[in-house]
Amino acid sequence: MENNRMQRIVDFLKSLLLIDIFKGIILTSKYMLFKKSVTINYPYEKSMVSYRFKGEHALRRYENGEERCIACKLCEAICPAQAITIMAEKRFDGSRRTISYDIDMSKCIYCGLCEEACPVDAIVETPNVEFSTETREELYYTKEKLLSNGERWENYLKQKMQELAVYK
Amino acid sequence: MLLYLSNMIQEFIAWLFSLAGLPEAGVPYVSVFIKAIIIIVVIMMCVAYLTWLERKIHGLVARRKGPNVVGPIGLLQPIFDGVKLLLKEMIFPANANKFIFVLAPVITFLVALLGWVIIPVEKGVVFADLNVGVLYLLAVSSLAVYGIIMAGWASNSQYSFLGAIRSSSQMISYEIAMGVVIVCVVLLTGSLNMTKIVLAQQDLWFFIKLFPIAILFFIIIVAETNRHPFDLPEAEADIVAGYHTEYSGFIFALFFLAEYANMILMSSFFTILFLGGWLPLFDIAPLNLIPSFFWFVLKVIVCLWLMIQLRSILPRYRYDQLMRLGWKVFIPLSLLFFVFLAVLLRAINYIPAVY
Repeated sequence: MENNRMQRIVDFLKSLLLIDIFKGIILTSKYMLFKKSVTINYPYEKSMVSYRFKGEHALRRYENGEERCIACKLCEAICPAQAITIMAEKRFDGSRRTISYDIDMSKCIYCGLCEEACPVDAIVETPNVEFSTETREELYYTKEKLLSNGERWENYLKQKMQELAVYK
Repeated sequence: MLLYLSNMIQEFIAWLFSLAGLPEAGVPYVSVFIKAIIIIVVIMMCVAYLTWLERKIHGLVARRKGPNVVGPIGLLQPIFDGVKLLLKEMIFPANANKFIFVLAPVITFLVALLGWVIIPVEKGVVFADLNVGVLYLLAVSSLAVYGIIMAGWASNSQYSFLGAIRSSSQMISYEIAMGVVIVCVVLLTGSLNMTKIVLAQQDLWFFIKLFPIAILFFIIIVAETNRHPFDLPEAEADIVAGYHTEYSGFIFALFFLAEYANMILMSSFFTILFLGGWLPLFDIAPLNLIPSFFWFVLKVIVCLWLMIQLRSILPRYRYDQLMRLGWKVFIPLSLLFFVFLAVLLRAINYIPAVY
């Protein structure tokens, strides 16, 4: 009881002398004058992106130019948003290949399950997030678009696969 | 310096009049008109850069950068903001009373500018050296509440209405304490004239002489201008944007300008009453060589800076806490100090020096 009353008197004096406000002014002044800003100047500077980042998709090729994808449709099966549609056919040399590989990027939730399901590392995700479009149709990615993405990002993707091979 | 400038303007206009062969009697009217326009433009520029300063300070406090894209260190940002607001569409709510809806921001804006008539920025540089200057400022600043009430009522929106109610009760309650604090100052000066109040502080600023209520007065002007932590009329968290919820485009810009112009006006009022107006910090060689106008601006900037920084420190008051603070703390404290000061002055037979 006595302690409580003491506390109330201290609190009263504190509020009367505006102690907390002066503390706040000192603290914010310290931040204002001595701390450097942590802002990244986005379009000109970018922050570090992990190899595990899941961005825009890409289809890869082997070194000799052969497509990796064997149309096993595991990605299509696992895709929780049902964004992937694959059509397969027997090629002239008897191997099983895709004739179309479409991803609806407006459905995709970037979970990365397609990448994990793929047995030949064909469908992968690049760290690119700057692919906004003006029309919805541009977001329906075809095989050509995905393969060209793969060409564009091949160096990065090779490194990514090496880095992440340990965990597979 | 400013006195010299204003005399220059007057002489220039007299010269123009003599060239055109117009009657000499018109000179003062025209020169006052031109000076008023200059003052309004200067205040608008100050308001623009005050918003820039505010955003910059909040940015730095939060370890951000603040505006930095438009122009060097974002200096053109306020101008572009203004252009954006001017070009935007004005939207009128369906059941709004359009006449009052438009009149409200105009009144708020006008009242925010009217106060500048009696603010002396330098000895002799003032539009009207009224002998009841303090009363005039009190009257004008309490008129500001009409604009807000009209805006809240005419918008026909519950958020605006709540904001207007809060604002009116807040301003009325804090004006009582404000009046009592000002009476304490007037006891010491024996005059309601702004220039005389400043000159009475030549030996010692009232900020030191009347220390506890100077702080009180600062808190009251923060409440009067509806700034954090007393910005209940426009509390984003509970009533969207308060009385200007329904406003957009140019009429919103008027509210915005008025709020910041009021901040500057109240800061200069505080500077004149307690920080010695244009008087230098100490009346010694290097300090009193600086033109007195710069001292005035410097003190106003310090006040504004503090008001802005308070916003980054404090959370918003709850409505009942605000009323408790106004009625149960500020009014008794200021009244007690007033009685104490009056008794003290009578006991030492204090006669205010006449300047």
